[in-house]
Amino acid sequence: MTDLLLSQIKPGGESPFGTDEYVVNMGPQHPATHGVLRLVVKLDGETVKETMPVLGYLHRSIEKICENRTYPQCITYTDRVDYVSAMSVNLAFALATERLMGLEAPPRAQWLRMIFVELQRLASHLLWMGAFAGDIGALTPFLYGLRERERILDLFEMTCGQRLTYNYIRIGGVMIDILPEFVPKCRAFLDYFDPKIPEYEELLTYNPIFLERTKGVGVITPEVGINCGVCGPSLRGSGVSCDVRKQHPYLFYDQVKFNECLENDGDCWARYKVRMNEMRESVSIIRQCLDRLEPGPIETKLPPILKAPPASEIYFRIESSRGEMGIYLVGDGTPKPYKAKFRCASFSNTFVLDQLTRGWKVADIMAVLGSLDMIVPEVDR
Amino acid sequence: MISGEKLVQLVSSLLQQVYALLDLSAYAGILDRVVCAVVMFGFVAVFVMFLVWMERKVSAHMQSRIGPNRVGPLGLLQTLADAIKLTTKEDVRPAKRDKIPYFIAPILAFVATFMGMVVVPFDNKMVVADLNIGVLYIIAITSFTVIAILSAGWSSNNKYSLLGGFRSAAQIVSYEVPLVLSLVPVIMITGKLNFSGIVQYQQQAGYWFVFPQFVAFITFIASATAEANRAPFDIPEAESELTGGFHTEYSGVKFAMFFLGEYVAVVVSSAVAATVFLGGWLPPLHFLGFIPGFVWFMLKVLLIIYLIMAFRWTFPRLRVDQLMDFGWKVLIPVTILNILVTGFVVLLFGKGA
Repeated sequence: MTDLLLSQIKPGGESPFGTDEYVVNMGPQHPATHGVLRLVVKLDGETVKETMPVLGYLHRSIEKICENRTYPQCITYTDRVDYVSAMSVNLAFALATERLMGLEAPPRAQWLRMIFVELQRLASHLLWMGAFAGDIGALTPFLYGLRERERILDLFEMTCGQRLTYNYIRIGGVMIDILPEFVPKCRAFLDYFDPKIPEYEELLTYNPIFLERTKGVGVITPEVGINCGVCGPSLRGSGVSCDVRKQHPYLFYDQVKFNECLENDGDCWARYKVRMNEMRESVSIIRQCLDRLEPGPIETKLPPILKAPPASEIYFRIESSRGEMGIYLVGDGTPKPYKAKFRCASFSNTFVLDQLTRGWKVADIMAVLGSLDMIVPEVDR
Repeated sequence: MISGEKLVQLVSSLLQQVYALLDLSAYAGILDRVVCAVVMFGFVAVFVMFLVWMERKVSAHMQSRIGPNRVGPLGLLQTLADAIKLTTKEDVRPAKRDKIPYFIAPILAFVATFMGMVVVPFDNKMVVADLNIGVLYIIAITSFTVIAILSAGWSSNNKYSLLGGFRSAAQIVSYEVPLVLSLVPVIMITGKLNFSGIVQYQQQAGYWFVFPQFVAFITFIASATAEANRAPFDIPEAESELTGGFHTEYSGVKFAMFFLGEYVAVVVSSAVAATVFLGGWLPPLHFLGFIPGFVWFMLKVLLIIYLIMAFRWTFPRLRVDQLMDFGWKVLIPVTILNILVTGFVVLLFGKGA
């Protein structure tokens, strides 16, 4: 019946009511795009006919800038690639550079990196949870998410002095050793945080309106997901195992016990659930890391000028908060990378949007966009 | 002991003296009404300001924040500060607006909702106009907002506003039906369309209608929330989807009018619910009768308003089609069924069962 009605509506006023499609610009300034992502949406009444992401409003050519900076200088720029999960990008670049130059960070540094990256994942998922709930109209979880994120940022500030762009994970190790009180404070935070996850779930997970808005909405089938290059928690929501931490372990992820969170439905609710479960796993990973943290050096001895071998290249990937974060570096024997390319999860997740929203309502764009966890600076770099 | 009735008598005798002083006794009938309306307007305006503060405090409490606490004691004057800010703001208007509807819409939204308060009794005899068709009047007058919102959406010449306006039209028209239908059982039982009459009936019967008509109470609150464009039914202004919906292009005083209009709508809905279902000015227990009726009435109104506020800060927003589904497929059948059952009971046991 609905299809029949829809088929009668043709642009140009051929239906008895003379309806017309119209184009709405969602963004670059719009409350739901979390920054300056622009969506050109073709609408027929409330029904979405086409969604076209238009990128580039936050393009700062970070990759090109990196070609004119020495490797350690580049780390500062990686913070700005994904400011919600800056540690992850720091880590990706540091690890890629270390591999390129054949360096290895000492074990203590590796454990510290794991702790901070997982804390960062918690912070990022908390912010995501709030933003996602806000997108579909529940305003309270945002404040809850930020309340806990604040404590994580306090831990970061305590260690490296920064709350957003840390520049903490460096080539060959980490910037500075943790303070003696960090470990108890971190443990106290984890104990505080553990019961908070069920609290969020109580507010959202089985809320009937939340279920209505997310169940069955924006279904990414495994095929579509893989073909569109969707990655990270968004793809795991479709039941595809794609956790880089499991499949290509880096740091000491092969030495800690954690589960890859998978859901099979592929809808917004499944993606939500994956991220909620990932928070639980992250807590367990951090606990294990804290247990195994031993005193030792936090940095390897680096040559005075870091040079990549001539004609060398590396593609190294990690699991950032948003999914697969890949760094491609080409070295040419100078202290600066000949070419740097960041493969960002948000960028590749953007392009599934059109397929997911076609034929759905305007409000579903927000639900889908929110559930993909997009960070615009990461899309544009 | 003070009661609403005595208060009214006191004030009217005072007024008579003033009329006599000013040699206006011949117009006493009209002047009484004018004074009543102005007092009501002033009271509701101040009450709404308090409500905005209350909403911010309630939301802050739910979100583990403090909320406004700078302006005045406990931040009580925050809304006043906001009002001053809004009134002194530049009135930005879109160049290609449709001038007349654009100008009229906020006034209509503001006035139409305010007019609803006129028939609600605060206490026995404490009512501006004790219309014998009060229920019908309030239903008719509150539906004016849809015209305001629709013309605001249309005349702003903005696609988001237009979407918001149309959403609102669909929503208010659909939710008007269950709203009316959930009041019908009470009218069937009491046989009265007059609010004071409904309260007096509850006084005589010795129970409030919320107990025999709990379903109607729930459906009324749900549809009233939708009527007032409040979350989870706030799709016409859905901030994250339509930026601001129908009031995207409004600023300054005009925006303030929409904003206050929304709160007044909440007050009117809650006042109706308190009167019809919670016994209006009646105290919950007899020995509590020493507290004046209007205090009880305001407490009941505040309770329902708190409920509506709690909805807003805990629920996500429904999608437009789900909203229609909920209205037409859930609320309306439930209310009709409720009317049927009530009808049978009234038939079997006579009125007042």
